[in-house]
Amino acid sequence: MDLTTPSASQPLALYRTMVRIRAFENAAEAASQGGVSAYGQQAGASAKVRGPLHLSTGQEAVPAGVCAHLRPSDYLTSTHRGHGHTLAKGADLARMMCELFGKATGFNGGKGGSMHIADFSVGMLGANGVVAAGLPIAVGAAHAQKIQQRDAITTCFFGDGAINRGPFLEALNWARVYQLPVLFVCEDNRWSATTASGPMTAGDGASARAAAMDIESRQVDGNDVFAVNETAAGLVAQVRAGSGPRLLHALTYRVKGHVSVDLAAYRDPAELQAALQTDPIARARAHLLRSGTAAAELDAIENRAQAEVDAALAEADAAPWPDVQAAFGDVQDTGAGQWT
Amino acid sequence: MDLTMQQPGAGRFAFGEVREMSYAQAAAMAVLREMEVDSRVVVLGEDVGRGGIFGQYAGLQARFGAERVIDTPISEAAIMGAGVGMALAGLRPVVEMRVVDFALCGMDELVNQAAKNRFMFGGQGRVPLVARMPGGIWDASAAQHSQSLEAWFAHLPGLVVVCPSTPQDNFSLLRAAMHCGDPVAYIEHKTLWGLRGEVDAGQTAKLGEGRRVRSGNALTIVSWSRQVHVCEEACKALAAEGIEADLIDLRTIWPWDREMVLESCARTGRLLVVHEAVQTAGFGAEIAASAAEATGCRVARLGAPRIPVGYAPILEAQARIDVGKVAGAARRLID
Repeated sequence: MDLTTPSASQPLALYRTMVRIRAFENAAEAASQGGVSAYGQQAGASAKVRGPLHLSTGQEAVPAGVCAHLRPSDYLTSTHRGHGHTLAKGADLARMMCELFGKATGFNGGKGGSMHIADFSVGMLGANGVVAAGLPIAVGAAHAQKIQQRDAITTCFFGDGAINRGPFLEALNWARVYQLPVLFVCEDNRWSATTASGPMTAGDGASARAAAMDIESRQVDGNDVFAVNETAAGLVAQVRAGSGPRLLHALTYRVKGHVSVDLAAYRDPAELQAALQTDPIARARAHLLRSGTAAAELDAIENRAQAEVDAALAEADAAPWPDVQAAFGDVQDTGAGQWT
Repeated sequence: MDLTMQQPGAGRFAFGEVREMSYAQAAAMAVLREMEVDSRVVVLGEDVGRGGIFGQYAGLQARFGAERVIDTPISEAAIMGAGVGMALAGLRPVVEMRVVDFALCGMDELVNQAAKNRFMFGGQGRVPLVARMPGGIWDASAAQHSQSLEAWFAHLPGLVVVCPSTPQDNFSLLRAAMHCGDPVAYIEHKTLWGLRGEVDAGQTAKLGEGRRVRSGNALTIVSWSRQVHVCEEACKALAAEGIEADLIDLRTIWPWDREMVLESCARTGRLLVVHEAVQTAGFGAEIAASAAEATGCRVARLGAPRIPVGYAPILEAQARIDVGKVAGAARRLID
């Protein structure tokens, strides 16, 4: 199925996108156990995904609902928590897994890993290890689209933590000043690394700040894929029509810790339990069953996703490591070969 | 293809023609030339529409319009970051930071984004971005407008670092920077803008090639940017004493012309590196160590003391490397 055709916004396609993201991340999470965390442990020999792995488990409805309206010619910038965005934009799942394993067959040839997952061929210009760093890049890409009069837009995902960094303000102002074709999407998962965002944020968050810069925004239940889909459809249409930037403020929740080996013991267990009741995949499944979809059809989607992920794991496991020379390649052409 | 250029405020400037102009005009001519032949080239930054605060973009917005010569808010992170996004999307942005001191507000965008993009994403994209960030002491402008930070950028894999010292080089090297396809920290000098000299529109330069300013066998002096002119004066004084120095204008800090420098050092047996930047951990240390390792020559460094630049003339002077200091260091080296 081509996820970038209009059919990607059909209910079963939305469900499929979410399920693929969940299956991919569950597998990556399992493969990361024993790997490096953000807290100073060394990577264990057993870990297949050795580096920090930021999971978007429970947030799948946002990329699924937004990216359903994007085309391969549209650009997208992402965050350190970017597996969902990358998959939903149409990147190949197996090559993503290879990259997480650090293998030569990954999208970045093993040079980036999870935090820098990217597939430029589908317009996915990269996850980013720096909070809010994707915003200025996104407005630049959108600026280029406007200058070149391309029939394409840029979508920029960022988290609630990013709105407290200066580049957020600079980028929103920039987008409005030049009336750029960019959709900002704040995935508000309520946590900034291991600190709750609420007490660290003045005012009402991303949409309120957008309003201050005369950028129309919509707030949506980010765990309701059909609501995200419908709201994103409207905003994307406005951005495509040349109405300037828009902002989607999606309220969701980060089910996992900051990284895969972070147990998030610092938060109230009741908060997590409440959030688990709003699992976007469970909600979508219940909704689809109520509207007449056969359980077997949904099971088949889930089984196919799991089989695809299992195959990707095997492929990544068998794939070769990068050639040592890759450490010296694609640095720069000017002065290439002069390493000392 | 029309290979003539419109000189801001004057007539056509044809290829092969030689004309006297300032360091700032030479830069504007270089951008003009590239914008004429490549529609992907855009300029963005504060005040560029009115020609830039030093006149280094004079006439460009009138010629190419506000969509290609883009006046921006005071948003260094967004200017640099948007430049990265534009480059990834197929444009060739020239990004103006006003002064290198302000470029520090866009460092994540240059260091973590522009410089690493190509490698980190496995060669999926390129960032052909030229970040102009004038450096050096700006008379009576104190600590936040007077820094020489080229060594910082030389330390970063992925970046090219250029420090032009003459109008000709500001024309030729800026064009080379815009052609190279890599992100470039292009560090003009804040007080060279008015320096006049002949510019040959047909002359090209290669990044990584130094320029021999004077020939001699007594010692090698390596410098760059405005300090080259100070060293040239010092060389004249030394020559009057019978000391003939080999003076090299490095022109690009990374990559640097190892071949020219090492050949000279092997011949003279003595190297003095002079820069306006703080001497401690300055790029002179890199050159001196490389030359000593490769040729066994005697080395000396001459840079500013590790102090912020003060405002009052007597304070500011403590951070300057003047002709007397250069000549003195040269004499000590050959004793």
